[in-house]
Amino acid sequence: MDLLQSAFEILMRWDVVLALLAGSVGGVLIGAIPGVGPAVAIAILLPATFSMDPIVGLTVLLGIYGSSMYGGAIPAILINTPGTAVNALTTYDGYPMTARGEPRRALSLAYSASFFGGMFSVICLILFAPVLAKIAPFFGSREIFLAALLGIILVIVAHRGQSLIAGALAAFGIFIQSIGLEPVKYTSRYTFDQPFLSSGINLIVVVLGLFALSQAFVLLTSEDEKIRMTRLRGGLFQGLRELGRHPRVATVSASFGVLMGMIPGVGEFTAQFMSYTYAQRSSKRPQDFGKGSSEGLIAAETANNAVPAAAMVPLLALGIPGEALTAMMLSVFYVHNVVPGPGLFQNDMPFVVALYIALLILNVLVLIFLLLATKSLIQVVRIPNRFLGVCILTLSFVGVYSLRNSATDCVMAALFGVLGYILKRLSLPSVPIILGMVLGGIMEVKLRAGMARVKEPLDFIDRPVAFLLFVAILLVLASHFLRVIRERADLRAAERGMQKSSHRFGNMLGRRRQIFLKDRFKKVRARHARRLSKFKDLF
Amino acid sequence: MPTERERRFVGPRRGQLIFALFFVSVSILLLSQIGSQTKWVENSKLFAQPRFWPAVGLAGMVLLGAAHLYLMPWRRITRDDVTELRKWAQVLEFAAWFMAYVLLVPLIGYLPVTMAFMPLLTWRMGYRQPGMLWLSVGFAVAVVVLFKGLLSVKIPGGAIYEFLPGALRSFFILYL
Repeated sequence: MDLLQSAFEILMRWDVVLALLAGSVGGVLIGAIPGVGPAVAIAILLPATFSMDPIVGLTVLLGIYGSSMYGGAIPAILINTPGTAVNALTTYDGYPMTARGEPRRALSLAYSASFFGGMFSVICLILFAPVLAKIAPFFGSREIFLAALLGIILVIVAHRGQSLIAGALAAFGIFIQSIGLEPVKYTSRYTFDQPFLSSGINLIVVVLGLFALSQAFVLLTSEDEKIRMTRLRGGLFQGLRELGRHPRVATVSASFGVLMGMIPGVGEFTAQFMSYTYAQRSSKRPQDFGKGSSEGLIAAETANNAVPAAAMVPLLALGIPGEALTAMMLSVFYVHNVVPGPGLFQNDMPFVVALYIALLILNVLVLIFLLLATKSLIQVVRIPNRFLGVCILTLSFVGVYSLRNSATDCVMAALFGVLGYILKRLSLPSVPIILGMVLGGIMEVKLRAGMARVKEPLDFIDRPVAFLLFVAILLVLASHFLRVIRERADLRAAERGMQKSSHRFGNMLGRRRQIFLKDRFKKVRARHARRLSKFKDLF
Repeated sequence: MPTERERRFVGPRRGQLIFALFFVSVSILLLSQIGSQTKWVENSKLFAQPRFWPAVGLAGMVLLGAAHLYLMPWRRITRDDVTELRKWAQVLEFAAWFMAYVLLVPLIGYLPVTMAFMPLLTWRMGYRQPGMLWLSVGFAVAVVVLFKGLLSVKIPGGAIYEFLPGALRSFFILYL
């Protein structure tokens, strides 16, 4: 009870209340505009939050992260274009509902499901916080190194069919974080005697380049889409009643969201996929899925909204971000000298609980805002793509330039922007670069500290948590290699099935000869057999 | 008709080979410089060496990048790859717009440059309606007021502001 009281004391400030409002409304708006997404907004706003208190800055960013998915459902349902990447599954059942004249029902169901997912995960985590506080002290340098390594491996293997290039890009992230003056021995690494490289490459510059500028370039080089908006009819409150008719799907989906959110590198997509599959398998009308099923919509929206709060667990408890957005938030902690990790849970538990309560309030604010303002809100979907690109380019300047007022940073950001654009064109992931940078830095510090007290290599895993993490790494790697081997075998079998005869003249002639000989000998053998039988008949 | 291997490749074909070749070449080039660009400190453990983490990163880039290149189902650069390369080069124009914006802000000031940059780029993108151009000017003013005026982000005042009279000069430097 004291803990809750202290947490509320942290939140009872006008700037926190303003941050809650700005985060929730801003997040919904950003999510509702296809092509922007929370990563772009958080990247741009990051330097602006450095001058705020940690709780205020984090509330704004968390608000954008948590509420963008609510907003992302609007274009997904109304125009079949997901507002954020994680709303892609919402289009499966949301748009067919709109097509058959039930856009309000789909929207209200999506809002209600998102609200349930958000609230469920925050409540779970508030209840789970004391357990985390007990587990967190077991994580020393070695354990955090192993957890970061596990996180990076999970991020790489999560990119199915692209794990090699995802690994190479994560290694690129590890490399670029090592550029600059090495903090222990004070030797320079890959600075090429250039003073601007001595302080290293700033994470925020890379984030802004890879997420904001690259997205601006994508929008500036694309065509404007013609949007046909559907008129909204009916009430927005019916979704809450309808959600009440599917408590099992909603609860299981939210649980998947919480579990998957806590595992680094897994995130919304896996949670959605698992909950959608579960909902379809357990449904009495599985044939409706993909054609406007309310259960499908509930599964997709509940799972993705349960993730943001859960994704804060590895960040707050271990200081390890599991994906790009939490990696960006980590820099807010560092700027204010608040070190997330076991220490935070031991020494500043009210701060952690305050963050969770802020998320809880955010969900309520977002739902109220959406229920009241959806009609006006849907107009933001009409903003033309290329104009949006111009806006993002202008806003990116604030993000990069306000860091150190350095034109060199801007050149770097522009270069990373071009790289991000190329990666987007090739459908290659840019998240491993960011996580490579963040986790690479953590691994470097923790390995050095961990190895200082280790005499033999096996001593590194002599503690129970370290050993468990090591086993988890081995299991993940083993299952990945097994899957790769199975896929290779499958590919070879498919290739054998598709094999065609050669079109070379010599080979064709040879085949013809074989056929001829085969047929000819068949005839000859048949003639001989006939003669033999006639001959036998004589006797 | 694409082969099974091509069909199963995640992502479009165009540009993949060029990107992979470039990535591996740069990685090899950087790895070859490891002796001169990092130091090996005597009497220090391997994991504490300043060279260790750049080596881990670069080795990963070379090995995994090379494996990605080796397993790619294509071995020849086609016309589509060259077209894609041209498409990548197109964004350099917008990178140049961005850099021009960056370089002009400390000279002319955040508000005037943003108010010129937004409508100019909007015009360049093909929007000729006065409504859109006014919207871009409005957006420019809103961005400056929000970030510099209200959130006080660190963007220096333009050199041109020095010529303004006393009180107006301080106001412009601080808020616009």
